[in-house]
Amino acid sequence: MLKRVHFPASLLPYLLVAPQVIITLIFFIWPASQAVYQSFLIEDAFGFSTEFVWFENFEYLLQDDHYRDSFGRTIFFSAAVAFLSMSFALILAGFADRVIRGSTTYRTLLIWPYAVAPVLAGALFLFMFNPTIGIFPYLLEMVGYDWNHYLNGSQAMFLVIIAAAWKQVAYNFLFYLAAMQSIPRSIIEAAAIDGAGPIRRFATIIFPLISPTTFFLLVINAVYAFFETFGIIHAVTQGGPANSTTTLVYKVYNDGFIGLDLGGSAAQSVILMFLVIVMTVIQFRFIEKRVQY
Amino acid sequence: MAGITLDSLTKSYGPTEVLHHIGADIEDGEFVVIVGPSGCGKSTLLRMIAGLESITSGEVFIGDKMVNGLEPADRDIAMVFQNYALYPHMTVRQNMAYGLKIRKMPKAEIDRRVQEAAEILEIAQYLDRKPRQLSGGQRQRVAMGRAIVRDPQVFLFDEPLSNLDAKLRVQMRLEIRKLQKRLGVTSIFVTHDQVEAMTLGDRLMVLNGGYVEQFGTPIELYERPASVFVAGFIGSPAMNFFRATADGLSVTLPNGAVVPTAQSARGGVICGLRPEHLVRDPSGPIEMEVELLEHLGGVTLLHGPLQGTDQQMVISLEGISEVQIGDRLRFSLPPELVHLFDAQTDRRIG
Repeated sequence: MLKRVHFPASLLPYLLVAPQVIITLIFFIWPASQAVYQSFLIEDAFGFSTEFVWFENFEYLLQDDHYRDSFGRTIFFSAAVAFLSMSFALILAGFADRVIRGSTTYRTLLIWPYAVAPVLAGALFLFMFNPTIGIFPYLLEMVGYDWNHYLNGSQAMFLVIIAAAWKQVAYNFLFYLAAMQSIPRSIIEAAAIDGAGPIRRFATIIFPLISPTTFFLLVINAVYAFFETFGIIHAVTQGGPANSTTTLVYKVYNDGFIGLDLGGSAAQSVILMFLVIVMTVIQFRFIEKRVQY
Repeated sequence: MAGITLDSLTKSYGPTEVLHHIGADIEDGEFVVIVGPSGCGKSTLLRMIAGLESITSGEVFIGDKMVNGLEPADRDIAMVFQNYALYPHMTVRQNMAYGLKIRKMPKAEIDRRVQEAAEILEIAQYLDRKPRQLSGGQRQRVAMGRAIVRDPQVFLFDEPLSNLDAKLRVQMRLEIRKLQKRLGVTSIFVTHDQVEAMTLGDRLMVLNGGYVEQFGTPIELYERPASVFVAGFIGSPAMNFFRATADGLSVTLPNGAVVPTAQSARGGVICGLRPEHLVRDPSGPIEMEVELLEHLGGVTLLHGPLQGTDQQMVISLEGISEVQIGDRLRFSLPPELVHLFDAQTDRRIG
């Protein structure tokens, strides 16, 4: 029989975790509970009275075409951002993995965009694509394409997608490069001796072997596109034109702080909160287990 | 089938030359073992033949074809790696079929070859498993299987046995030898283990510091080592060396003992005596005080200093010896078994 070891009760462990607990309580639990409470309220237009309405805000949202459109748009936006940034990162990592000379410089430069704040990334693309003074509209005009994302919703969507994807490429690149470098050299060499050229090796050996990383990044990028692209959208399009770039997160802000529909906005953020919880569960369930090969 | 010719192969990393003008003719169907201590360049040499490492200068021929400029895939070789390098996401069958599929072989032919190789290697019942579900020895067989299904002109082995436990290593060693004889494929095997080298190779290439010390059959290497390095490397326990002065048909050891030799020499030499060649002889010239005994059953190893010096030596006696620690014993050996090396160049005399 093993005896259980008992440590004398002490305040120290509680003190050590206290900062983290306090931060979580103040910045996560308390606002979240406020949002849940708020989502059950409807306020009159002037802020004089509030009424407790249970799930009326949610019912209204689910019938709202704007909200459903925004949902679809967000899913499209996330998928596009994840696909673009991951495929670019994969290609870059594939090349960086083969580079011998100057690889450190190359890698360092590729990581820089990650350090750029979302708003600044947005501002960068805003300038580059400004219909009046931007370089890209100027170049596009030469080939006869008229660029004006202030008027054209698809162009606006395209712009926020590449701005958001550009920023995330660096992060994905790092993970992909690390994954590729952890594949034993000899496996690649064995494939080379077996007669597989670089592209075939990539498709049949490297890509399957980094599939756990791909899955991990898929979840991370979806979360990023869903929740962390507010700054970029706010800087580039403010959700416009005509709501064509209003994602769920942007709509929370827009309805709540511009439209002053606090109850509806809170209800949206509660829905988002559930989405985050679901994604986190997926992540933990599958990433912890890893994709088995 | 084809032989391999290495012509003055040199490898440099920047200004550092790590392999110096390696030349060798390997015959069709021959099993050559490249052996040497870590860092001697043996793996690099093998990888240059495989095409995984660039060649600084010199030429590699497989058959009559110069392969310097060819990709590994085009050299018609198969390689077995130290860590097996199996594709972890594929089953054993897929692992073995991968190279054949790339060469666009008909499916029926692939199946036939995989099945045949699996039966030769006794892994037919594991064909649908993933490598991680196999033991080290089984993985080793799969790696071999992947090499033989391709039916290449040359097998290259890069220390394939060093990750196995001692018993399995001996068993796999014999199987590789049998398989190679059966298939008759020219093979090059890299190892740092001299026993492995001696038992496997038709011929051994002993590498040291990027130079070929000697290239010959195991018996040649044992009986007529070309240098002090080869003499010390081949044979277990290792040869005893003494600085000595030669005077015609005898040498004088540091303690004044005079040992007759078959080879005439003069001046400073290094005298090498194999532990198993020394025999008990009450009137022998070599005297040793036994400090330590190792009973291995078949042989008994005696450790101790050469009388009058502090230089340690080893003597191997057959069977279970009645010798006790502290005994002072005399030994002799036939003059033709005394190896002499030049004290300056370390090369064999005679």
